[in-house]
Amino acid sequence: MSKQLIASSGQRARQLTAAEIADIDHEMGIYPDKQAVGLEALKIVQKHQGWVSDESLLAIAGYLNLPAAELEGVATFFNLIYRQPVGRNVMLFCDSVSCWIMGCEGLKAHIKETLDIDFGETSAEGDFTLIPVPCLGDCDRAPVMMVGEDLHRNLTTEKIDEIISHYRRGEGGE
Amino acid sequence: MAKIVIDGVSYEVDPNNNLLQECLSQGLDLPYFCWHPCMGSVGACRQCAVKQYLDADDKDGTLVMACMTPASDGAIISIEDEQARSFRADVIESLMISHPHDCPVCEEGGECHLQDMTLMSGHNYRRYDKKKVTHRNQYLGPFINHEMNRCIACYRCVRYYDDYAGGTDLSAQASHHHVYFGRQADGVLESEFSGNLVEVCPTGVFTDKGFSKHYVRKWDLQSAPSVCVGCAVGCNTTPGERYGSLRRLVNRYNSEINGYFLCDRGRFGFDYVNSEQRLKEPVRLLDSESRTLSSEELAATLAEFSSSRAIGIGSPRASNESNFMLRCLVGDENFYSGFSDTEHGAVQSIIELAADPAFHCPSISEIEQADAVVILSEDVTNTAPRLALALRQSVRNKALSLAEDCHIPQWQDAAVRELAQQQRSPLCILSSYATRLDDVASDTVIESPRVLSAIGFAIANKISATAASSDGGATEGYGELIARVAAQLMAAKRPLVIAGTTAGDTDLIRAAANIARALQEKRGEKPVDLCLLVPEVNSMGLGMLVNKENTLGRALEKLSSGAVSHAVVLENDLYRRADSGVVDAALSRLDNLMVLDLLDTPTTAKASVVLPTTAFSEHEATYVNYEGRAQLSFQVHRNHSAAKPAWRWLNGDQECDVETMVNRCSSEAKGFDKLGQLLPDPAQFVAGMKIPRQSQRYSGRTAIKANLNVHEPKQAVDSESVMAFSMEGISAQKDAAFMASSWAPQWNSNQSISKFQEEINGKLKQGHTGTLLIKKLADSGAYLQAESAYPDVSKGSLEVVLAQQIFGSDELSARSNSIQERMTDPYIGISPADAQAQGVQHGDMVSLDGIDAPVVVCIRSKMRTGVAAIYCGNGEINPHALPETISLGKSESAMGERGIRGLIISDVLEDY
Amino acid sequence: MVDNPLTKNIDMSRPPLEIAAYEAADGYQSVRLIAKGLSPEDVLQQVKDSGLKGRGGAGFPTGLKWSFVPQGDDTPQQKYLVVNADEMEPGTFKDRLLMEGDPHLLIEGVIIAAYAIRASKAYIFLRGEYVASERLLRHAIDEAVASGFLGNNILGSGFDLELIVHTSAGRYICGEETALLNALEGKRAIPRAKPPFPQVSGLWGKPTIVNNVETLCNLPGILTYGVDWYHGLTKGSDHGTKLFGVSGRVKTPGCWELPLGLPIRELLEDYAGGMQDGLALRGFLPGGGSTDFMLPEHLDTALDYDEIAKLGSRLATGTMIVLDDKTCPVGMVGNLMKFFAKESCGFCTPCRDGLPWVEDIFRDFEAGRGNEKDLQILHDHVDYLGPGRTFCALAPGATAPLGSGLKYFKEDFERHIKEQCCPYKH
Ligand SMILES: Cc1cc2nc3c(=O)[nH]c(=O)nc-3n(C[C@H](O)[C@H](O)[C@H](O)COP(=O)(O)O)c2cc1C
Ligand code: SF4
Ligand code: FES
Repeated sequence: MSKQLIASSGQRARQLTAAEIADIDHEMGIYPDKQAVGLEALKIVQKHQGWVSDESLLAIAGYLNLPAAELEGVATFFNLIYRQPVGRNVMLFCDSVSCWIMGCEGLKAHIKETLDIDFGETSAEGDFTLIPVPCLGDCDRAPVMMVGEDLHRNLTTEKIDEIISHYRRGEGGE
Repeated sequence: MAKIVIDGVSYEVDPNNNLLQECLSQGLDLPYFCWHPCMGSVGACRQCAVKQYLDADDKDGTLVMACMTPASDGAIISIEDEQARSFRADVIESLMISHPHDCPVCEEGGECHLQDMTLMSGHNYRRYDKKKVTHRNQYLGPFINHEMNRCIACYRCVRYYDDYAGGTDLSAQASHHHVYFGRQADGVLESEFSGNLVEVCPTGVFTDKGFSKHYVRKWDLQSAPSVCVGCAVGCNTTPGERYGSLRRLVNRYNSEINGYFLCDRGRFGFDYVNSEQRLKEPVRLLDSESRTLSSEELAATLAEFSSSRAIGIGSPRASNESNFMLRCLVGDENFYSGFSDTEHGAVQSIIELAADPAFHCPSISEIEQADAVVILSEDVTNTAPRLALALRQSVRNKALSLAEDCHIPQWQDAAVRELAQQQRSPLCILSSYATRLDDVASDTVIESPRVLSAIGFAIANKISATAASSDGGATEGYGELIARVAAQLMAAKRPLVIAGTTAGDTDLIRAAANIARALQEKRGEKPVDLCLLVPEVNSMGLGMLVNKENTLGRALEKLSSGAVSHAVVLENDLYRRADSGVVDAALSRLDNLMVLDLLDTPTTAKASVVLPTTAFSEHEATYVNYEGRAQLSFQVHRNHSAAKPAWRWLNGDQECDVETMVNRCSSEAKGFDKLGQLLPDPAQFVAGMKIPRQSQRYSGRTAIKANLNVHEPKQAVDSESVMAFSMEGISAQKDAAFMASSWAPQWNSNQSISKFQEEINGKLKQGHTGTLLIKKLADSGAYLQAESAYPDVSKGSLEVVLAQQIFGSDELSARSNSIQERMTDPYIGISPADAQAQGVQHGDMVSLDGIDAPVVVCIRSKMRTGVAAIYCGNGEINPHALPETISLGKSESAMGERGIRGLIISDVLEDY
Repeated sequence: MVDNPLTKNIDMSRPPLEIAAYEAADGYQSVRLIAKGLSPEDVLQQVKDSGLKGRGGAGFPTGLKWSFVPQGDDTPQQKYLVVNADEMEPGTFKDRLLMEGDPHLLIEGVIIAAYAIRASKAYIFLRGEYVASERLLRHAIDEAVASGFLGNNILGSGFDLELIVHTSAGRYICGEETALLNALEGKRAIPRAKPPFPQVSGLWGKPTIVNNVETLCNLPGILTYGVDWYHGLTKGSDHGTKLFGVSGRVKTPGCWELPLGLPIRELLEDYAGGMQDGLALRGFLPGGGSTDFMLPEHLDTALDYDEIAKLGSRLATGTMIVLDDKTCPVGMVGNLMKFFAKESCGFCTPCRDGLPWVEDIFRDFEAGRGNEKDLQILHDHVDYLGPGRTFCALAPGATAPLGSGLKYFKEDFERHIKEQCCPYKH
């Protein structure tokens, strides 16, 4: 793997896993150039690791021979690429207009009280990270949030308590 | 030509440009940020808004961005329109929201495009009272400071660094009002052209680190038009001095050479001028003790040398005037080359070829127009860096022609890039190792010198069967490449062939000449672009002044034979030009060796007389660049030691001005008759007034020596030059080439240059771009034959080729502080297979037969097996002592402090 | 023949139709017509004749847009169709319904459009959060490939089409069609200058059409049942049906397929059930977060592109957001401004630096720190961020609720200043 000597920042790329490499190679057949695969690779690594660390980013850059700076520019542009570690469950909490009208602010306050986290924070147990997300496109059933890949609609404080304990029991996800 | 109306006035404009460019070309003031004269438009900043009307009846009009609107025939626009004005004021208001109030301590203050545009757009009161956005700054290496809080997100930095200069380690990051421009992590900016960020950034995000350390305002710098002495391109520069030290160096626009950009060697490699190691006194070694010469002793010494039929050895880094005076002092027949013998031969053939009417040696701006290029083993990024930047533009000609087909204007920068994707004009690089231009090359051939020159000859032969054929064995397997490159060159509108002296193989020059000649023969009419590079600022001037037979080898032979007692070496370290043993032997026979130089060198150490000379910024002089273009460089500041221009010492320390010298050289030296044209015509100057080197705002003049004496010191008189060491005089508005630095009312930044251009990107109004000295012969010459002999490489040994480094290979800039931080130790680049065969690993120290200094092993994935690329460092290894083939032995020495960390090459296998 | 071609197969209480059932309900008839020799020119003409306008927001005639794709031997042979399924506009929830309710309808629409413009590769640019849509679409694509509706030589027609689902890494600006192309290329999703339009130089510099999910879902009906049938669907001057949604404090929020030209009142009162008990209507955004407020007095306006434009707003996505009298209009606009400020791509000055200022001012108003000076600054920004001022339509979209909100809810802004608090919170 070629690395540029002077680029050294003390950080080293990690080794990509075989599963990550297989997924990335698959994308190479779909897109005509490496730059497009770069963004896909960020998503793939995040799927496997939960987030994209510097070491992962450098690994992708090395594997695809893309400039790390360019990849960083892409990774930091998009909302759904996490450049910081997240908890086991990511709560994508819709704070857009319909949910706001339907009272999402109160629910957000409730989450904050229950889990002691604000937007962008991870609970002390490491089980939840709360992230605001623009309109989830389910406005007729507002307020809405996603936890992992599951959509939860018509939220109330009671529902939120249920959801939290549900995931705490490890029943989340498919 | 198109007719457009701006605020009721009709103008003739070029419809292929956008409105902003045409407004500026017409001398109108219209603010902008994201547009750059040679990077086109992207429409990001929205600062250049004007009102456009459909027709004479349209009273409402619509706001458009001038930079994104073509200057089509019949366009009616208004800059002054109230709505347009107020929108521009709103834009600047938002740009200033998070901008810090740090102008008083900002290095950009006083030459800040943002300051200028803020005033021009009419924003002077801050309504914003919320929290500002702040950023973390990065360490970007020895050249550049990062102060992101000043950023106005015009995207110019990344557009310049990545899109224009091909850098990969600077990017736009994050989004909305948190956009950030930096590296992935702290670290040295890798591009050899990073310094231009300082001038491209319209405010103080990227500033000159060395300058910041010892900062003064632009208007407190004493400046003059100068020429870079870093290589043979001869970029135009403006160095600035204060309190006796040279503080910084910036680009000086020249439409034919550097345009708006310099390389980092040129920009940051000047501070050897301020070095403590500068020679300050004339010294003579008497009774094994060195003594400063009194003026009587000095006169006697000079007289002694001039009457003793001494041998003179010239220098490619000394001016025409100094070389010429040495030649006068010792006589034509005793004036010898300061090149190595190989280089001497190469330079002589380049000068001969330059006179051939079949060829044209292209300027940098002409190189940008090439649409098919072949480079024969000259690592231009490291030997003529500015040319590499031009080649990066030349490969975009394909994109521009595609855009034309789709009716996308050339200035629609992002659209043109998107359309073309990776399609580029052909660039074929023949080299013994991977180079920094490989990323834009259509073909890179990494081969041994023998094969490279054979391919060169074969391409010529493919184009025209009359050209010499080449060693068929050597080109085996390259038939298809040869045919392809030949066809590309034939099909191009403006093909270009590049070779040079630094690869050390004159066959490459012959092959290049054959290719160009074959093209000319087949294409007819116009001469074909043939660019033959020489390495140093005045290699061409020296080559033209010295007799062909007078090689350094002959001089050294003569010295060794004991036939002469006296020799004069002009600004030259002979240990870089010939084998050390041979030099030692020659110098040891001399009774008297006089060396003129500005810094101590191994050669000054052998001298019995050392005379200190001035540096490029301390004297007025002329140099001849690779094209044969002579340029005049002005003195910026005085040297307060006893140092003098070498020509003055050689003229017996007589009072005599530069003009006289230039005129003498012009009338006496063959080929130099046009040199005199460089001198300013006194008629140009208002009432005979001189041009001030200091600005009208130059401050503290009376206070400078207040600790010693409160009387205002008398302004020093510069009797020699048209320029004065003073703020008095009339600045050269009439001839931009004599401007101390560019400034126009409301335009304090470097963007003021537009006020001096005939049109944007055009020539300076009445500006000098130098004088081409080469006279073409009536008839063209013949095809050349291969002459070089290549070593037979026995098993276990490697063929030696020399590698150059932009930071380190140039003797003088290598003695500048910031450059030293980017230098690497001498290394030997070998292929993975050879490393394995020789039992060495990346980073190992090895010794080379016959060479004292150990070198670091650098395993390069793209090296040809059997070939070793050796970088000799800044004099650590004498390249002339290297055998043609070499084997490695392990060395016990530890790696130098630098290691090979300064090395930026794409094919290094492992980090070290 | 049907009068709800977009939703006829949709029943959210069960999974969407598998391919056999979809075919049984007249599905993929249009592809069979193509296989029988319907030419790309014929398809283009029918779509032009249908009068279909883009449902992604801008309402540009679809057939006309397609006709700008250069055709012929001397044009780039690779052309692309891109489905804009990035639905992220606040208050918009219609494309999700189509993709989760009847994925084959979209796939059939894609085949028709790609055939008309001669694209052999199509991408569905899907919002990353729409995981259910992704799963269902991938399944449906597999089915369509297996049945020969996608892939090489579709039903022996000689036409090849590869359809790829691309999931976005998330940002509202990706919905802007040129930013979308950059995102698809793996770049920062910065919009591109127009001209050149994507039809000439789009994805990887090749001719490209970007169409909204709902736009494409209109195509199978047009080809299967004919232009006349299509023209018969409408009640107003625009053709076809459209998905209309209502969210906010109404009795039965939801999304329905209705003919264009229906009065707004009918949508709000008959379909959405009117306001919740105890609440009155203050105003509404007729077509998502970047449309201008309309007032109760506008309820009799027809749901029609031109009629709504006459009142200074836009039909846009057709998904209405309702503001009631117990909800603070200043807070509602503030919420939208926060969204737009955060979703700005950061490329052009007014949007990048103007919107955060606007957002800050709203935050101050909410927190009881509103003042006249800042109110003036809000007014200034309506012009400053308007159409033609910024690089793309994101910021002008933000000025729609901002400008109309300042106009219609003036007294609410003034009360915030006078009372130094949000009057709705007490
Ligand atoms: C900021 C912004 C966001 C947009 N988001 C979407 C979107 O999510 N979905 C969509 O179909 N169109 C969106 N559009 C409109 C598209 O740019 C484009 O007009 C549309 O995809 C064209 O499809 P149509 O002709 O089928 O309507 C957006 C436009 C802007 C300016
Ligand atoms: S208006 Fe400007 S900054 Fe905003 S999203 Fe569009 S291009 Fe980006
Ligand atoms: S200079 Fe025209 S938008 Fe920036």
